[in-house]
Amino acid sequence: MKIERPGRLRGLARDRWAVLVLPALVFLVVFFLAPLVTMSIRSITDPPDAGLSNYTEFFGQDANLRALRNTFWIAFLSTLTCLLVGYPYAYLMTIVPGRVAGLLLIGVLLPFWSSLLVRTFAWQVILRDTGVINTFLLDLGLISEPLTLIRTTGGVIIGMSHILLPFMVLPMYAVMRRIDPEFGRAAANLGATPSSAFLRVFVPLSLPGVLAGCLLVFVLALGFYITPALLGGLRDQMISQLIVDEIQQALDWGSASAMAVLLMAVTFAFLFVASRFVHLRDVFGSAVEE
Amino acid sequence: MTESWRQPRRLLMAALGALTVFYLLAPTLVIIPMSFTEASIMSFPPEGFSLQWYERMFTDRQWSSGMVNSLEVAVLTAILATVLGTLAALGLTRGRFPGRNIVNAIALTPLIVPVVIIAIGMFSLFVQWRISGSLLGLVLAHTALALPFVIVNVGTSLRTMDRNLELAAANLGADPRRSFMRITLPIILPGVLAGAIFSFITSWDEVVVAIFLTTARFRTLPVEMWEQVRQVVDPTVAAVSTTLLVVTTVLLLLLLVVRRQAPAR
Amino acid sequence: MTAPASPPAVAAPPGERPALVVRGLRKSFGDATAVDGVDLEVRRGEFVTLLGPSGSGKTTTLRMVAGFMAPSGGSIEIDGSDMTRVPPYRRDVGMVFQNYALFPHMTAAQNIAFPLQMRRTARPEITRRVADALALVKLEKFGDRYPRQLSGGQQQRIALARAVVFEPQLLLMDEPLGALDRKLREALQLEILHVSRQLRATVLYVTHDQEEALVMSDRIAIFSAGRIEQLGSGEDLYDRPVSLFVADFIGESNILRGRYEGDDSGAGWVARGAWRWRVGPAAAQRSALATGAAAALVVRPERIRIVAGDAGVPGGANAVEATVADALYLGSDRKYGLTLSDGQRAAVREQRDEGRRQWEIGDAVRLIWSIDDGVLVADPAG
Repeated sequence: MKIERPGRLRGLARDRWAVLVLPALVFLVVFFLAPLVTMSIRSITDPPDAGLSNYTEFFGQDANLRALRNTFWIAFLSTLTCLLVGYPYAYLMTIVPGRVAGLLLIGVLLPFWSSLLVRTFAWQVILRDTGVINTFLLDLGLISEPLTLIRTTGGVIIGMSHILLPFMVLPMYAVMRRIDPEFGRAAANLGATPSSAFLRVFVPLSLPGVLAGCLLVFVLALGFYITPALLGGLRDQMISQLIVDEIQQALDWGSASAMAVLLMAVTFAFLFVASRFVHLRDVFGSAVEE
Repeated sequence: MTESWRQPRRLLMAALGALTVFYLLAPTLVIIPMSFTEASIMSFPPEGFSLQWYERMFTDRQWSSGMVNSLEVAVLTAILATVLGTLAALGLTRGRFPGRNIVNAIALTPLIVPVVIIAIGMFSLFVQWRISGSLLGLVLAHTALALPFVIVNVGTSLRTMDRNLELAAANLGADPRRSFMRITLPIILPGVLAGAIFSFITSWDEVVVAIFLTTARFRTLPVEMWEQVRQVVDPTVAAVSTTLLVVTTVLLLLLLVVRRQAPAR
Repeated sequence: MTAPASPPAVAAPPGERPALVVRGLRKSFGDATAVDGVDLEVRRGEFVTLLGPSGSGKTTTLRMVAGFMAPSGGSIEIDGSDMTRVPPYRRDVGMVFQNYALFPHMTAAQNIAFPLQMRRTARPEITRRVADALALVKLEKFGDRYPRQLSGGQQQRIALARAVVFEPQLLLMDEPLGALDRKLREALQLEILHVSRQLRATVLYVTHDQEEALVMSDRIAIFSAGRIEQLGSGEDLYDRPVSLFVADFIGESNILRGRYEGDDSGAGWVARGAWRWRVGPAAAQRSALATGAAAALVVRPERIRIVAGDAGVPGGANAVEATVADALYLGSDRKYGLTLSDGQRAAVREQRDEGRRQWEIGDAVRLIWSIDDGVLVADPAG
């Protein structure tokens, strides 16, 4: 082994930078990780000799299993909706002139940064029986009784997709704008019709962005609370609502913690599988910048 | 320009785009007019024009104290998160220590873990530490949530900055402290400001963690709204919503301006 | 290349204390060694270039002199003081970077003022010296511009002004002209030379462009695989390369490989197949090769004369038979590419003379050169 006499200058510099990370790291460990860890421990120590009973009890109740199914189902439908709406939008952003693309981007960013509560509340106002849509249709005489749009799965999907759409569009756009237009010209030169070029060259190249967007939206949808609580019916309850109820109403910390651990486990499992296909840092990074 | 891909039927694509934008902006476009209604229930279109609900926001004890609390928490969060996050970003981008990747991953976890879980976890532990229901507790919680935004934004600024500039500063006689103050900081300032603004917005709009870490005596605006929204809905809620939106939009526009002014690399 | 005469060199006489002494400098990164024992002395006022291909260690050496990297071994002395472990902000050296490294949030004048502010110079003094520096690089009116408002060449001149305004002991330049186009590069080469001579600056310059090195330097250090292969003036390197690497790197050369056979007179022969070329005693001694060693005889293209294939070989000359493969017209010269009978390529440059015969492709000719024009070096591939 070659022994390198360490440059004292270099060594000092290295340590100095590392020190800067400590305040934030300690902060996160104490105020963020510790809560999660103690909660996880609580899932098996509350009541004191619970062991795994909180978990087994969870799977024993129908309502819980239904909530679990709902969670996955709603998350899946939301992801699908965002994909169907978001892909054309992101594509549109790549083909319009710069100024318009900027406006379209703002169209996505402004809601993105607006309060989730405000937006969900707005959908409540729009979808409820005396809401904007129903009043509009009733006044026009198109319907005689208000449509049930709220407290339905559909209502939840509409609201959640609205909130999650930017998380689908941003990663997709980031990938799409990097696709070299030369590929399109090459395809045309080799005899491909425009739709053929789109389907066989552009779409495959855009898949990493699609993957990243779908992953982000799905994972975020799993943990949604506010939107399903305001827009969903009793039968659409998601895991997060169960967790909150266990604490606020049943005061059952053990069960709530167990459910929380389950939700975390599912989230991380998805992320782990996905990390084989996409760079997680890019996925979350694009959602956090600008 | 992607002329050769598929020259789409322009109209169709434009229509889809417009529809999507409408979908994205519709909720806010509905709420804002509603806040100016004269009637005492929320209706669309609004009847008449009145600022009474905005008045109500300032005169009603609960709303006004909620606003003051939200402001306090958001400002303190922004300051704390920006300081911690900028230091961390410096350490992560410039340092070469083992475990750097792990620290990077930890810094992003607040974004990944569902906020409900974070909320009850913090609630449980903060109650034990007796900081739940206090300004301190909420600021600490929101700072944890905001840190990723600061670290990513400042980190990007640092990474895209020309490293030779720091070498040049050292060569010209600046010790590390002066090099940071005179050269690095001015150049990454847009990133730092972006992080600060995102931290503010994150705290200002945050509701789930706040639900658990606030009490009847100490509430933020979003929590106040959450309580109201599920029962009576008088248009004050719309006024509050509009206020929340306006503050956020102004800050975002400010951010755009800051980014334009940046001297680049 | 016809450049106007450069200003006279101002290097200090050898007796004086050298501006820079590098001894046994080494730098390793794990298992890889970037710099493997470099020794160098630069006299005050000298312009020394570190020349070599990418990865040869020249930039790493420069960065260690600047203090950006700590050496793994060896020492660095600047003006008599040991600077090996001194951080960069306490060394008194000026540095010009390839990408200028001008601070984007400061004007040109503020950039130039920066090192003076670091040294706590008085404000009026700073103003005066900044103005002088701007005048030195002929950009007096550009002080209030930001770097993004300046062209590449202008930015480089501001970078130069910033590096010299505090009158450093040593001026380091890391391929400063690499990002510029050819014409601009040539103009700036002379400007850098003028400025450094005017200031009587000691310069350590890094480049991979041999023409640049030849134009600007008093001495050139040729780097290869982390070591200095040869250190000398441009003429030394061109006329008396000590290795095949140097011969090949500087200028064009014809390389005739074979086996060296020494004889008792201190001279010898290089033999290959049916050919035997004579090596003069001076060249033989400089090469220090033993009989049987794999050798190469290096002859510059302009030293060869082409004669008819059956012409006689004059005394004191070597010869080799070849066929003309191509003939290029290069303005003042004609350059021939030829193929030897065993397939090797050769090149000959002849000045266009009325009397000279113009050779055609396919002509069978003989190449003749004076024995003293051949340089003997070892052939590492032999």
